[in-house]
Amino acid sequence: MSLKIENLHANIGDREILKGLNLEMPKGEVHAIMGKNGSGKSTLAKVMAGHPDYEVSAGQVLLDGLNLFEMEEPDQRARTGLFVAFQYPMEVPGVTIANFIRAALQARLPEGEELDAVDYYHHLYEKMDLLKIDRKFTSRAVNEGFSGGEKKRCEILQMAMLNPVYAVLDETDSGLDIDALRIVSEGVNAMRSPERGLLVITHYQRLLDYIVPDVVHVMVDGRIVMSGDKTLAHKLEAEGYDWVEKELLQKA
Amino acid sequence: MSNTLMENPIAAQSAWPAWFTAEQATALAEYEKSPTPTRKNEPWRFANLKPLDLSAFVEAKPVASEGRLINASAGLAETSAKLVLGNNTLLHRESSLPEGVIFETLETAATKHTDLFKKYFMSQPVELGSLKYAALHKARLTGGAFLFVPANTSVELPIEIFQWVEGANASVFPHTLIVCGENSSVTVVDYFKSADKLPAFACGVNDLHLAAGAKLTYVSVQDWSHETTAFHLNSTSVDRNATCTALIANFGGGFVRGESLSRLIGEGSRSEMFSINPVEGTREIDQRTLQDHVAPHATSDLLYLNALDDKSRTIFAGLIKVEPGAKGTDAYQKVKNLILSDDADPNSMPGLEILNDEVRCSHGATNGPVSDEELFYMQARGIKRDAGRRLIVNGFFNSLLERIENENLRTHLEQLLAKRLAIA
Ligand SMILES: Nc1ncnc2c1ncn2[C@@H]1O[C@H](COP(=O)(O)OP(=O)(O)OP(=O)(O)O)[C@@H](O)[C@H]1O
Ligand SMILES: [Mg+2]
Repeated sequence: MSLKIENLHANIGDREILKGLNLEMPKGEVHAIMGKNGSGKSTLAKVMAGHPDYEVSAGQVLLDGLNLFEMEEPDQRARTGLFVAFQYPMEVPGVTIANFIRAALQARLPEGEELDAVDYYHHLYEKMDLLKIDRKFTSRAVNEGFSGGEKKRCEILQMAMLNPVYAVLDETDSGLDIDALRIVSEGVNAMRSPERGLLVITHYQRLLDYIVPDVVHVMVDGRIVMSGDKTLAHKLEAEGYDWVEKELLQKA
Repeated sequence: MSNTLMENPIAAQSAWPAWFTAEQATALAEYEKSPTPTRKNEPWRFANLKPLDLSAFVEAKPVASEGRLINASAGLAETSAKLVLGNNTLLHRESSLPEGVIFETLETAATKHTDLFKKYFMSQPVELGSLKYAALHKARLTGGAFLFVPANTSVELPIEIFQWVEGANASVFPHTLIVCGENSSVTVVDYFKSADKLPAFACGVNDLHLAAGAKLTYVSVQDWSHETTAFHLNSTSVDRNATCTALIANFGGGFVRGESLSRLIGEGSRSEMFSINPVEGTREIDQRTLQDHVAPHATSDLLYLNALDDKSRTIFAGLIKVEPGAKGTDAYQKVKNLILSDDADPNSMPGLEILNDEVRCSHGATNGPVSDEELFYMQARGIKRDAGRRLIVNGFFNSLLERIENENLRTHLEQLLAKRLAIA
């Protein structure tokens, strides 16, 4: 059981951004992806989620063997168990967080079955308390007027409510203050489980002190070029990406 | 024009005083002699004139399913009074209103409170194109609701009025007349409903009169069958420091022509004119408005929201008119169209006519699609595209419902809206 990305090529317009990306993350593990600005990390996350701007020209993504790209609509992929916490979460004016998450849960129920409202709020408040999100947020429109950090917390709240099998967290740490980073990390750690895989995209070693990864991948120009254990993140933090590129040139 | 619609068996046995029936005869003659509008008439620009052929409609019979309609006339959990009318006749009335408040059928008011009735009944000018249909309304009127709240009286809980139509091609002429005395306050919800999914014709008038310092919240929940042709002619007159909030929710009707005139006749008066219009299929909502600033330092705030799907059509034509004496006017007018389909046809014609320099006015119309980014985000959480769209439409309208102060009423309207949009 794993999340398996094979030879993934994706472009936007006629510009290729993912250029044959391979990565496998067994269920139960936490992997990190690090890489320079513009290397294609968010593109990977959005391509997996099914964002309509991107075109997949080759390759596949298998979720426990199920081909994501055979599911045309993004909502099918989500209901299959994929969750992407976006780097820049979109705003949905007029739709409250409570109604939004409720609709997402309702969509996972069989036709004709109704979500129990009392249970739902109980569950929602529990997760909000865990992430130290004020209950007043339930009646605010999704991400509208949220601070950067509030948006990130709200993404993790959604993840906690939707219980995905595989989650991709795209720079969930950016925009969080020091306390929030700890709180959100605890929230993420609480979701570590043999039944789940977490792919964490970040620029900073600091996050990986809280959410300790099993494997760290380095992404350069639309490919994973190097993988290692958590010490790889330390080396990147200390030395930057130049040595990675040099090493690649030497190999070539 | 069909004769069947013109015959009036119910009126023949009605409780109206003779002087009124005489006026009705005059109104009928007026109706018959006024020409059917054409698009050359400014207030009928872009209008679909086909629905003006009323030949298929007939006089409504007394309702058959009286008990069912009374039971289905359930709105808010707590009300202070309720009136249920079916096919122009009273079916049910309940009331625990404070002393002095008059809440009766219109014909009772004409008989028992003749002076009040004569002073206020259809006393506003019809300026938005439907003089002919106002005459028809008066000629055919057999029942309606009359509310008078005396000075310094607050009615805490809302009052509800249900006006039903039943039967194929039945014609109804709903009427609501509300008179608020000085410094009084009241909330009224007026429901227009069809007993069945059949074609019908409704030609309604509602007039709101606010004396100095009065506060009225009036909500029209128009929920006719989608086969219904409906005219709703509304007028509001707001005196010194009075505040009227009027919301028209057009949930139903196949063709709806709405005309709303608001006259700010007293200094410091305020009129809020709101409307929410979810339209789909080939439904059509044609709304014409006039914010007439007669007095100085008054405020009018109009916000109309349309969400158009399929081949639906909306027309909004609004005018802010600032009369020479109305210095210090604050007037706003905005229509927003949320476009859900390439075949939908929104028409917006906002307008200003300012005869005084010291004013603040703004008007505008916007058209926007449902954002792909929003839809993608919802889908990324597992919400199906269609459900996501409905949530967004719901959110679009909810942003206006937030302007309703009474929390119970707001929640109730939110529920009605969610039900209308088929959201759990
Ligand atoms: N919608 C788009 N239109 C045009 N170019 C795009 C679009 N989306 C991504 N790109 C380009 O693709 C490249 C990869 O972008 P991406 O957002 O995936 O990078 P990233 O690795 O997430 O960077 P960062 O660390 O800054 O978040 C960038 O050069 C970016 O400009
Ligand atoms: Mg990125």
